[in-house]
Amino acid sequence: MSATIDPTLGTLPPGEIVADDFVPARAPWSAVVAGGDLLSIVDLGGNQAVDCLLYKADDHAERYSAPDTIVAQGSIFLTAGSVLRSNAGRPLMTVVADECGRHDTLGGACSKESNTLRYGHHTKHQHACVENFLSEGARWGLGKRDLVSNINWYMNVPVEQDGTLGIVDGISSPGLTVTVRAEVDTLVLVSNCPQINNPCNGFDPTPVRMVVTRP
Amino acid sequence: MKGATDTTHAAREHARAQAGASAEAMPTLPASAWPAPPDGVAPADLTWAETVAGGGYASKVLGRGTTLRITDRDGAACAHLLLYNADQPWERLNVADTVKIPWQAYLGTGHPLLSDQGRVLATIIGDSSGRHDALCGTTAAGRRLQLLAAAKHGLEPRDVPPSLSLFAAVRVGAEGALEFEGSAGAGAAVELRIELPVIAILANVPHPLDRREEPAATTLELLAWRGEPTRPEDELWSSTPELERALLNTADYVEARDIA
Repeated sequence: MSATIDPTLGTLPPGEIVADDFVPARAPWSAVVAGGDLLSIVDLGGNQAVDCLLYKADDHAERYSAPDTIVAQGSIFLTAGSVLRSNAGRPLMTVVADECGRHDTLGGACSKESNTLRYGHHTKHQHACVENFLSEGARWGLGKRDLVSNINWYMNVPVEQDGTLGIVDGISSPGLTVTVRAEVDTLVLVSNCPQINNPCNGFDPTPVRMVVTRP
Repeated sequence: MKGATDTTHAAREHARAQAGASAEAMPTLPASAWPAPPDGVAPADLTWAETVAGGGYASKVLGRGTTLRITDRDGAACAHLLLYNADQPWERLNVADTVKIPWQAYLGTGHPLLSDQGRVLATIIGDSSGRHDALCGTTAAGRRLQLLAAAKHGLEPRDVPPSLSLFAAVRVGAEGALEFEGSAGAGAAVELRIELPVIAILANVPHPLDRREEPAATTLELLAWRGEPTRPEDELWSSTPELERALLNTADYVEARDIA
């Protein structure tokens, strides 16, 4: 981990700060963000993938749906204006500010199991996002069956004309911030991605800052 | 027929007299009675033969080694497909891993349909369409059908993840724009080799990006027959390092489970 992380970085919206959490490299995080509140995700070290799932706080069976989100906006990338929709097609959150430019909806989360396919069986016992989702999700009664395709904030996944797709070097940098507004009370489940075998974290996972603001 | 069902005996006769009728969409039982088995397939090896109308769904538990042929008979079917490990349905199709691990967003021959456990649920071994989509999921109507089919296998709404769809192409354009390219026309077929015992769920509804006015899906034809899973001596096994390790993980599971 880089020794030069400034935990105060970030571009925060005006309002009362109701939570300001430093999430160490490789760690999970979760919170219920009340409808109307803003969640800012600050990439403190630069090019740090932040894997993220959303659940309607009062009905976890209704959750973020990558397909519903990309079909409604007609694009695979998330940026300012993107509405993060549930599997019932309803808005859970809206991206209201984005200093990075685009974020991934296709790549899903890394897991110990998929690492064996991508890099070889020597990676089986490395830490992975699914481990974070399962351990943090359990605190809210969520389990394996509740995991679906997730958002990857700050991860860069282009699709070539012939369909070739892959995680490539990021376009983020230290202090860049994306802010989402909760449209309903939303449980946000995050894995600060521990992947070390591809460029999604610049091969060096770093901390992120999660700030909840009440306008 | 008024008056024919006014007693239990008459009602029974009335019900029984309906046998033998046929419908546009229906299963054929036994599957060996299907009138047109594929070349080289003995009728006795057929395990599933069913047609599914637009707006309909079907599901089946299929054994390892089965070939499942899905045909867009009339050119406007769209098969929204989900697969689960029949032993432990919390292991299921993961569309993110299915595009990420092969480094390829577009499905075609040789593409594995991967579970969240680093294993292959099925491999695409034949594809005369080339027009499919693993990104856009299904519609509200498709999800309703998937929930019904899933319920019949004891599964709940949270067990229904994003699905993939066959016979309707979506391509990603500049700046990530989704472009709908529709179907390849009547008669296109996809053959899946089932690599683990699976629950297969298919809903037949128009693709979510199908912008025709009042789109309707046409009939889907499903045919399955017994066969062999992908083995190390098959060319497909080592076609890519990622697929080889996925098939190795699959073989590891069935060996330990003693269902190889």
